[in-house]
Amino acid sequence: MEVHAQIDTPRRPRRKASASGAARSHRPGLEILPRILTFFILFFLWLILSGQFDSFHITLGVISCLMVTYFSGDLLFPGTRKTGLIRLGFRVALYVPWLLYQVLMANFHILYLVFHPRMMDLIDPSIIRFQSRLKEELPLVIFANSITLTPGTITVYVSVDGDFQVHAIDRKSGEPLPGEMEARIIRAFKEV
Amino acid sequence: MLDIIVIFLLISGLIFFTGGAVGILRLPDFYTRLHPAGKMDTLGSLLMVLAVALFNLHDFTWNQLITSLKIMLIVLFVFVLSPTATHAIVDAGVRAGLKPWTKEKK
Repeated sequence: MEVHAQIDTPRRPRRKASASGAARSHRPGLEILPRILTFFILFFLWLILSGQFDSFHITLGVISCLMVTYFSGDLLFPGTRKTGLIRLGFRVALYVPWLLYQVLMANFHILYLVFHPRMMDLIDPSIIRFQSRLKEELPLVIFANSITLTPGTITVYVSVDGDFQVHAIDRKSGEPLPGEMEARIIRAFKEV
Repeated sequence: MLDIIVIFLLISGLIFFTGGAVGILRLPDFYTRLHPAGKMDTLGSLLMVLAVALFNLHDFTWNQLITSLKIMLIVLFVFVLSPTATHAIVDAGVRAGLKPWTKEKK
């Protein structure tokens, strides 16, 4: 995305300039960090999966990771955000233990429901609709998957502007939505 | 000591798997059955795979550590894929026009 000061240029040169600007970004400071992170993730996976630590295999790994990073370096970190990636990853890593705790608690709740003798009196399935305040794609995906991962609620439908439909198995599971989970995701993804 | 932790993790994982199976049998309809089916299995497999990874570290060598890390990668993929698959199944049910079971208001 380059802004050219074009006042009176004819149409053809402007289209050429914009095409070349889209094909090759001239701002390396904004493009290089996602690629470095992608390279290190790929190389870590290579080391884990190969298990060979002689120079030959490590050299092969570096070469192939460089090639993959060159071809599809913007695959893992798409979107508009190009800054603050490391801090963002740190915050998302802080979100994961809380999510695990929620999953454990909700699992115990469903276990209690399933083994209860009068289960049919306790469950009360319903479809909950609410509007989320999240706007970007990645937080929406994380939020929808978190809802599905905590038992008692399944995401049925998500629209691009954050319109959720959630199937809840009883009142107690559906009450805390959107609630604290969304607040934590917003805190993790807020602009630095 | 390590064996006690491993046995505890395995048994708790099995309890969650059993709960998932019983839930599939007892609940009334398609959507409610997916609640235990898709997610008790996620937690149960997390606990059991953790147990396997810990048991693998009995004699601590570099190769054992790498094998345990590979086992933990399985958990990561399961954690990303299981909700997605559950959501896809629910979506298929909605597209097929299944009405969710609701309790009659008395």
